[in-house]
Amino acid sequence: MPLFHLNNFLYPNETEMQWSILIVLYPFITGLVAGAFILASLERVFRVEAVKPTYRLALLTALSFLLVAPMPLQLHLGHPERSLEMYLTPHKSSAMAMFGFVYLWYLMAVLVLEIWLDYRRDIVLLARSSKGFLRIIYKIMTLGSDNISPRSLELDDRIGYIVTIIGIPSAFLLHGYVGFIFGSIKANPWWSSPLMPIVFIFSAMVSGIAAVMLLYMLLTKLRGQTISIDCVDAIAKYLFYIFIIDFSLEMLDLIHRIYEADESFRSLDFMVHTSLWVPHVIIQILLGTLVPITILGITQVFPLADSIRKRMYAIAGCFTLVGIFAMRWNVVIGGQMFSKSLLGYTQYNLRFGSREGLGIAIFLTVLPLGILFVLAKLLPLWHDNESATT
Amino acid sequence: MNMNRRFFITLTGAAAVAWESLRAGSPESAPNYSVADHWWAMLIDVDKCIGCGNCVRACSVENNVPEGFFRTWIERYQVDDENMTEPIVDSPHGGINGFPPRASGLGLAGPGVKEFFVPKMCNHCIDSPCTQVCPVGATFTTPDGVTLVDEKYCLGCRYCVQACPYGCRFIHPEKQVAQKCTLCYHRITKGLTTACCEACPTGSRQLADLKNPKDPIHEFMKTHSVQVLKPQMATGAKAFYAHLDGAVR
Amino acid sequence: MAGVFLVGVTIFLCFRAWFVPKSFGKYGHYRADSMTEMAALPIVHAGHETCEACHSDVLDVKKTGKHAGVNCEACHGPQAKHADDPGSGKPVLPDTSVLCARCHEANAAKPKWFPAVNTSEHSMGLPCNTCHKPHNPKIGDDAAAKGENK
Repeated sequence: MPLFHLNNFLYPNETEMQWSILIVLYPFITGLVAGAFILASLERVFRVEAVKPTYRLALLTALSFLLVAPMPLQLHLGHPERSLEMYLTPHKSSAMAMFGFVYLWYLMAVLVLEIWLDYRRDIVLLARSSKGFLRIIYKIMTLGSDNISPRSLELDDRIGYIVTIIGIPSAFLLHGYVGFIFGSIKANPWWSSPLMPIVFIFSAMVSGIAAVMLLYMLLTKLRGQTISIDCVDAIAKYLFYIFIIDFSLEMLDLIHRIYEADESFRSLDFMVHTSLWVPHVIIQILLGTLVPITILGITQVFPLADSIRKRMYAIAGCFTLVGIFAMRWNVVIGGQMFSKSLLGYTQYNLRFGSREGLGIAIFLTVLPLGILFVLAKLLPLWHDNESATT
Repeated sequence: MNMNRRFFITLTGAAAVAWESLRAGSPESAPNYSVADHWWAMLIDVDKCIGCGNCVRACSVENNVPEGFFRTWIERYQVDDENMTEPIVDSPHGGINGFPPRASGLGLAGPGVKEFFVPKMCNHCIDSPCTQVCPVGATFTTPDGVTLVDEKYCLGCRYCVQACPYGCRFIHPEKQVAQKCTLCYHRITKGLTTACCEACPTGSRQLADLKNPKDPIHEFMKTHSVQVLKPQMATGAKAFYAHLDGAVR
Repeated sequence: MAGVFLVGVTIFLCFRAWFVPKSFGKYGHYRADSMTEMAALPIVHAGHETCEACHSDVLDVKKTGKHAGVNCEACHGPQAKHADDPGSGKPVLPDTSVLCARCHEANAAKPKWFPAVNTSEHSMGLPCNTCHKPHNPKIGDDAAAKGENK
């Protein structure tokens, strides 16, 4: 047992934690984006008809969260006014710099393009039928296009299909890069791992799918419609299988660490057993992974009534989101709580009101929902005569 | 004191002129400094460090280092030969005020216990992981081997601080940019030594120029075993430690 | 859509040409001017060679003693200001009752070859320069170095 009761040593510059809750929030948000997009692609590319009611919701959710994603980064920077330097003089060996372009690519060439292609007919019709300021907005959104002949719509569809196909690896790249930003730091043994991008991608898919499922259930209830049981059944099934993969990867990392027990093991093991016990073992593993997997597993194995299944999916979804947030917390904050001397620990003092505090974090989590609300008003998620069940 | 001689020298100003020409100029405009002629490194002899903290104080004054942060620091180790992998280490305020004797009851006791000091600083790595991760090119290694931070370009993203295995970087609390040891670039480009080497009373720290064939480091490296910190990280560190114990982190 | 992209890229390239600092890329992926800026920072420690240019008498005493390798500013603190303008005022001499203990106070971590004492027992509260001359601390050696009898 390490002599941590006698000695808690940190390198003198390590007393301050470098990355705050905002940097926890950032992978969580981009994870939701990637996961939501994968769910959308299930219908578009893999022809899973059952999840069609969530197609547009998934895309707009992804866009809402993607628009908010740079905000925690900007708030965290010492000099946000210089952030354009990442585009002007990107350092090609830096994952962070390359990420700026991946983000831009994903936003413009994938997400916005796909949304525009899917909504083009609606936008043109709305531009023709609306009045005043709204008409101007729709006119701009048409980007000058006015042709909604069946042939042009078919072209939209085909291009959209290709964009989605490109979008799937782009979504993996978007979030895999975030994993690589951590996983490529050899100085930090908690982060440094080739598994990191993969674990991030799979946990992103889990969180994104769970988020869209929950939003779908909530919005449908608010619209007074019936939740399509086929839709949520299909989503829950994919959630379950991807969750199993995600859990297996995380367990593999853990078992590998315990078995190899390299120089960092004792320090990290002690940390997991003490300051990281609640966030990592209780919240992330137990409540955030094992509980939802068990709930989903029960629904997959045992025949249960529709209403019970829906409730179980909702509960599992909520636990999932908490668990994936905890995973980001444990990676980012956990990775900074131990000294690189492997002889000591520090604490994260989360304040509410500071520039990188809990208040801002909560605001940035809720903001995408507000943006989604506005987007959904402009770009209808479901047509009026289309019930949520088709 | 011999007043006449000192007065004479001051009056002739020979020393003053030499001093002034030393202080003017920059690496490119100074007539006698070319980046291609130098490859800077540091030699640290652990056996000579007495933990006085002169280097930490001198550096903080020379470079305006903010309080609570350190461009160089000293660590005190207590190692038990039965448990080399868990030394007791402390660095009170980086050693800036020296080291008070350890309070009794804290620390190890026994025949196999040894204690020593280790000065730490930026290693000015050749394959520096910190410059690798900088997203904009605000931190870089100069052609003469010194890793610097461009304070006017740094975003303060803190990625370099995360990437340094040695803990030698920090964010300046007011300027909000990354900072670290600059090997006193403003001094070495003018033929002076670094502040820490100047202040070290025992010669434990010595600036070295690997491109200078007359530099004592060449002879030293030939006749002594030297190491770098965390060699498994393959950072190409250029702070060479003589008599470094295996327990040092 | 394609038009939007093309316009965007063109604007970006113009912006880039205007905004990126001129010296960027000269030696590598960084602003070469920052090297010049770093090198032009003010000097705070004069360096012992500068001190010795004027204070060669002290050097004569010091160079034969145990403190030969101890540079002037290690004890006297940074003196570049004084070197710039020696007439501006006499630097304050450090207080030996505090100064010497910084190095010579006994500590288990100090190497065995280094002379260290428990100052409270050793000097009984007297400042160190009561007996030791700091430039040549071995008692009697400084007088020999100066060629005097003390």
